[in-house]
Amino acid sequence: MNKLNFLKPDKENLTTYLYSGAFLFLIAILDVFLGAFFEINITSFLPDFISFILPFILGVVGLHLIRIEFSGINNLDLLNKKINTNNFNAVLTLLIIFIIIKSIPPIMSWFVLDANIAGDTKEACTGSGACWTYIKIWLRRFVYGMYPNELQWRINISFVLLIALAFVGYFATEKLKKFLTLYYVIIYPIIAFILIYYLISGGAFGLVWVETGAWGGLSLTFIVSFFCLIFCFPLGMFLALGRRSVLPTVRYISIGFIEFWRGVPLITVLFMSSVMFPMFLPEDFFMDKLVRVIIAISLFEAAYVAEVIRGGLQALPRGQYDAAKSLGMGYWKMHIFVILPQALKLVIPGIANTFLALVKDTPLIFVVGLLEIVGMLNLAKTNPKWLGFAMEGYVFAAIIFWIICYAMSRYSQNLELKYKTER
Amino acid sequence: MSDSIIEIKNVNKWFGDFQVLKDINLEVQQKQKIVVCGPSGSGKSTLIRCINRLEEHQEGNIIVDGNELTEDTKDIEKIRAEVGMVFQQFNLFPHLSILDNCTLAPIWVKKMPKKEAEELAMNQLKQVQIVDQANKFPGQLSGGQQQRCAIARALCMQPKIMLFDEPTSALDPEMIKEVLDAMVNLAKQGMTMIVVTHEMGFAKEVADEVIFMDEGMIVEKANTKEFFANPKSDRTKLFLSQIL
Repeated sequence: MNKLNFLKPDKENLTTYLYSGAFLFLIAILDVFLGAFFEINITSFLPDFISFILPFILGVVGLHLIRIEFSGINNLDLLNKKINTNNFNAVLTLLIIFIIIKSIPPIMSWFVLDANIAGDTKEACTGSGACWTYIKIWLRRFVYGMYPNELQWRINISFVLLIALAFVGYFATEKLKKFLTLYYVIIYPIIAFILIYYLISGGAFGLVWVETGAWGGLSLTFIVSFFCLIFCFPLGMFLALGRRSVLPTVRYISIGFIEFWRGVPLITVLFMSSVMFPMFLPEDFFMDKLVRVIIAISLFEAAYVAEVIRGGLQALPRGQYDAAKSLGMGYWKMHIFVILPQALKLVIPGIANTFLALVKDTPLIFVVGLLEIVGMLNLAKTNPKWLGFAMEGYVFAAIIFWIICYAMSRYSQNLELKYKTER
Repeated sequence: MSDSIIEIKNVNKWFGDFQVLKDINLEVQQKQKIVVCGPSGSGKSTLIRCINRLEEHQEGNIIVDGNELTEDTKDIEKIRAEVGMVFQQFNLFPHLSILDNCTLAPIWVKKMPKKEAEELAMNQLKQVQIVDQANKFPGQLSGGQQQRCAIARALCMQPKIMLFDEPTSALDPEMIKEVLDAMVNLAKQGMTMIVVTHEMGFAKEVADEVIFMDEGMIVEKANTKEFFANPKSDRTKLFLSQIL
């Protein structure tokens, strides 16, 4: 057996180093684990400070011992390369592992172990954790706002129909494929508007009229986000083209529009749309608050989308324009078939960014009295019967928003992959 | 001359203060093949880009197939559809397959039925011998194949005139020949061609006339044999001695 040198572990005594290192490392993990989960301190016989620092020392020494280059064991090499390249990285690795272990018990106890979901009053919440009863009781309000309970099937049906119609593209035959863009850009939004208007709003076909002030909650978040997304995208596209137009009038109008909307905060825009805007309208002209809000947000976001798309347009080499022109294509044909498909593909991440921001900006519509999910939460938390559950509400909203945004983010990554072509 | 298809009269062009074209006069007959050569920055590319108005000239007249190119030429797209162009950097549309690259303009500009356009495109791809690549994307092809596809794409519009802007300059030496072969083939079929190139072998084989440009001027214009046998100006002699 070769001489052991614990300062420089080498390959010759691989097993010795490996076993002793792994042993120390596991002891360190076990110490923290027992402390966090069972409040047992196996090193309590030591002075407090040393007992606290001991897992670190053991872990660092353990990781040091197993740091053997080209050991021949694949997993060990991989581990060393990824999280154990030197002592500093070993400390960081240990820190992260310890923080994760330490934070699991309190999170678990708040979310699940000490949480309450039974019952239907505040008094049912006796545990020290979250009071999910509150979310359970208020769920209808969080999802549908003040929309009458017995009419909520109308919202459900219209959403199901909208989603179903969005998937039409998958079933289109080869012959109908070329109309798909037309369908998604023009026909689908119109259908969506009609659906929402007649089904959710009602007032015709024997459906009771429900004023938009009663709409709210998550469904309103979806309605506002949905319409703003489908309106702001084409508008932003035209603005981007307009800003690069050779016609001075078009160009300056586009620049003016973009710079105006980018220069004002969304909350002011919303406020103006509800307070100032009606003053400029004739007396007998009525435009619904929700419609005004959707128009305002669409115009606002269109300015951002325009600049993102302009970035894509500028990234294309001039040769693409030359080639399209030399084949006799005019301005629109060139842009529709050659320039925009490539430019839009380039800016998918930027567009996704803007759209995510849009969805997360929707809570701001509370300034005009429309209460989407966060608005409803704020309303619920001030209900005298349910005081003191702000935390649960915001966590719930955060989770909902995270799910929506993560889904959008994944979708945009899929799109990127789908349209990826080699240059 | 009644059958001159391009007439360029006293054309001047500036980029800012810099004059790129100085008093250019040129007439191209139908089916004539003209090679334009000269050192870089001499205005050759600008000249042929003026012919389909990718660049605008400021003075003089350019008449293509009986239509004068001016600022208010309404049907510039119609003229461009009759003038095919091949670029140094190929400029294929990377988001479309080779076949779609070729059929895009015939379908949408010439309103050709899709089937007919595809037949035509396959025919042209066969001519340049990349018919087996029709369903690939430009990024998957070699430079030579891409350039041949670009030639096929231009030919799919069934142009009267073909312009080549240094078509082989961005290619590896071994790919130059396949592109030149395609061009020689085209020349034999009687296409009117204006070619900016440094390939003097090609010029000798195909060209009716060679034009030598320097500093924005046409320095020498002569039929091919004479141009190579006894060039008149010293500048031309110097250029030829360096390039041959």
